[in-house]
Amino acid sequence: MTGYFLYAFIYLVAAVIAVPIAKRLGLGSVLGYLIAGLVIGPVFGLVGDETTTIQHFAEFGVVMMLFLVGLELEPRSLWAMKSKLLGLGGLQLGLTAALITAAAIALGQPFGVSLTIGLIFALSSTAIVLQTFQEKGLQQTEGGKSAFSVLLFQDIAVIPMLALIPLLAIPELASSAAEHGSSSESHNNLSLVEGLPPWGYGLVIISSVAFVTVGGHYLSRPLFKFVASSHLREIFTATALMLIIGIAALMGLVGLSPALGAFLAGVVLANSEFRHELEANIEPFKGLLLGLFFITVGAGINFGVLSDNAVLIAALTITVMLVKAMVLYVIAVVFKLRESNKWLFTLSLAQAGEFGFVLLSFASQNYVLPSNIISVLSLVVAISMFLTPGLFILFDKAIMPRYQGSKTQREQDTIDEQGSVVIAGIGRFGQIINRLLVANDVKTVVLDIRSEQIDLIRRVGTKAYFGDASKPDILHTAGAHDASLLVIAIDDKDTAAEMVKYAKHAYPNVKVLARAFDRGHGYRLRQLGADYVVSETYHSALEMGAEALRSLNIHPFHVERQKMAYKNIEDQQNDMLYKAWIDDASGERIDNNYLKLFIELESLIKNALKADLHDKHSKMRGWTPPPKGYAEKLEHDEIPDNE
Amino acid sequence: MNSDNKSDIDESKHNRKVLVLFAHPAQTRSEVNVPLFADAQAIEHVTAVDLYAEYPDFNIDIEREQQQLVDHDIIIFLYPLYWYSTPSILKEWQDLVLEYGFAYGHEGTALKGKQFLCAISAGGKEEAYQTDGFNHFTIRQLLQPLEQMASITHMTYLAPFALFGSRTAQEEHRISDHRRKWTTLLNKLVKGELNMEKAMNIENLADLCTQSGE
Ligand SMILES: Cc1cc2nc3c(=O)[nH]c(=O)nc-3n(C[C@H](O)[C@H](O)[C@H](O)COP(=O)(O)O)c2cc1C
Repeated sequence: MTGYFLYAFIYLVAAVIAVPIAKRLGLGSVLGYLIAGLVIGPVFGLVGDETTTIQHFAEFGVVMMLFLVGLELEPRSLWAMKSKLLGLGGLQLGLTAALITAAAIALGQPFGVSLTIGLIFALSSTAIVLQTFQEKGLQQTEGGKSAFSVLLFQDIAVIPMLALIPLLAIPELASSAAEHGSSSESHNNLSLVEGLPPWGYGLVIISSVAFVTVGGHYLSRPLFKFVASSHLREIFTATALMLIIGIAALMGLVGLSPALGAFLAGVVLANSEFRHELEANIEPFKGLLLGLFFITVGAGINFGVLSDNAVLIAALTITVMLVKAMVLYVIAVVFKLRESNKWLFTLSLAQAGEFGFVLLSFASQNYVLPSNIISVLSLVVAISMFLTPGLFILFDKAIMPRYQGSKTQREQDTIDEQGSVVIAGIGRFGQIINRLLVANDVKTVVLDIRSEQIDLIRRVGTKAYFGDASKPDILHTAGAHDASLLVIAIDDKDTAAEMVKYAKHAYPNVKVLARAFDRGHGYRLRQLGADYVVSETYHSALEMGAEALRSLNIHPFHVERQKMAYKNIEDQQNDMLYKAWIDDASGERIDNNYLKLFIELESLIKNALKADLHDKHSKMRGWTPPPKGYAEKLEHDEIPDNE
Repeated sequence: MNSDNKSDIDESKHNRKVLVLFAHPAQTRSEVNVPLFADAQAIEHVTAVDLYAEYPDFNIDIEREQQQLVDHDIIIFLYPLYWYSTPSILKEWQDLVLEYGFAYGHEGTALKGKQFLCAISAGGKEEAYQTDGFNHFTIRQLLQPLEQMASITHMTYLAPFALFGSRTAQEEHRISDHRRKWTTLLNKLVKGELNMEKAMNIENLADLCTQSGE
């Protein structure tokens, strides 16, 4: 037990030190993790053999990442991507695999081995690329979206690859292994599909995919609702984890990629009202596990093999990356990616990926690749991943600046991610705001902690999500950082105040509109930085007062004017009252200036509104007729010249 | 508002329906227009609408206003002259209600054959509204935008029914006389007894209503 703590401690220390430094140096977190792994592994030898075990565990971070990616992607937008997915992804995978296979054959490898190598290197690293895109805000650029299509296609392609590779087994390898008695079955742990005929296998696969999709759609909602009603945050987290781990296990049992299953489940849940809450719960796990994964890649670099084959490995790595980059560039040109996007696409995907490790170990289990080749290739995969952050830096420093000049191009890229509005609280207050915005084609994200409320709102076709908007992470997943407005329409005074404070601190550029309970609460929100505050009863009370006047047969237009006069005075006095309120609240004054001003406001309003009804020479301005006899005077008055 | 729609079906064959659109934003201080409006309300077959009361926030119901126009034969704008023009709600009303395809344009013939006139009160004196007077233009000249509005909407434009020197009309006891002329005018319009030839060409309709029609 203590041993585990020690290892965990070492990993964490390495990450805690290396990652912030790497980020500060502009290298990105991925390189930070890789370096951390390098330092504790091959350099200082603090960790060792267990890295492969940990790596298997940490690969689960990739599963979670794909789940999160799926959550961001509604089925509809996935469908809309289909041509990109097949076109870009298919071309990339096919061309790269063909070229590398040909190269391997040229180097004297048999066909089976060459093809396996070609397939392995055709894959890129979803983990590094998506993580880096996210960090640099590149997901929405054309290059970023295209790269994502390719990665998704690759993740799907892993499934047929896993089916194909065993067919390429080298008989001699298998028989020698059999002689040594090292059975492969012990490796293949549990499987539901072993020994099934092909049609049975197909059936099992189809039904499990169907189970994930249909179950995700119909069963998850009642489950989450049930859990949410307990108002226990950690149980919600547990449910989210249970879901993903369950799917991963199921996929493992039937021999499918857990990552793909998770992705599918994510897509199914993308429309769910629990999407943001799920995201907020899984995100930290995914971050940690991915970090761990990168560390193990760093730690797994075998200096012994590396120094023995230094030239070979360097040459292979460079060749692989060049071939991949070339293919990508050609595709980018064919698909008419513009300017910097072309380069982003080319450079971001030029590495081998974590699925490469998976396929390598799978290939070794199935006697497709001999072990000496595997150890060299593992290093090539690892080093190419290692170099990727460098390529991103190249893109940032050398390529972006060249295109920065053509500003318009950049702007076009960002336009399609329109600044949206986050509405916290979808009760009677928030609903009206949301309706108004949606009717004007504004994209809104609606949050509420009452799942019954969310249910109701969803039924009338509004996109709403279950989530505690006062929790910083849910605001983040709801997109507060990209939003142009945050509307706080919740009815809890203290939570609203906390939210204003947090939002203004975390997203200083986001405008915050807040609902206040009363005048004092409004001033508090204003003090905390809210850009616009309105008392929840102010306008409705004014309206009702107006209706009362109209019911007493006072002319409607006069009533309208009275309302405006009321508002004007209120607005004028408001700033003064606010200042007095601040002074009083901070205890700087003891004379209760605020109360005095408040009483003054009452009489101001009374006087201003009273005038017109009784005497005809009103203090209220507007359409005052000229005085009697003015017509006589007008004609005879000399207008003095202006000096 | 259209309460008298159904009354006296027989009679309505002979009677024209008159719509008075009244615009005055400060009625507590009105000495001329509010009494005229009250008179209009009391006459059968006349629909009198207080626009500022119907639409205090200027949120004019286009559909309803158009239907109301269709339902009447004679349209009257009743208003005090403000800056040689109408109070703003009447301008808003025109901008919103007189749509292309309804009031003008290829298929815009809904108002065809109706009669239109302005009943106005002006603070300035009659002498001032002369080409050589203080205001440089006659009242008919100043109302030309409305005259042309009537023309493009295929309505017959009648001379304005005007009261000058309105700010001292009360003191000079001219209001009751003016109100009598006003009721005479409305009644003649309802019965179709107005001399059209004259009504179109005279400078001030009030001068045509001197002898009581009752
Ligand atoms: C804003 C405003 C503008 C006016 N402009 C004019 C004008 O251009 N010419 C004029 O003769 N009288 C003008 N007057 C005087 C009004 O016509 C006069 O007050 C009105 O006819 C009196 O009618 P009432 O007693 O019904 O309010 C103006 C009055 C106001 C309040």
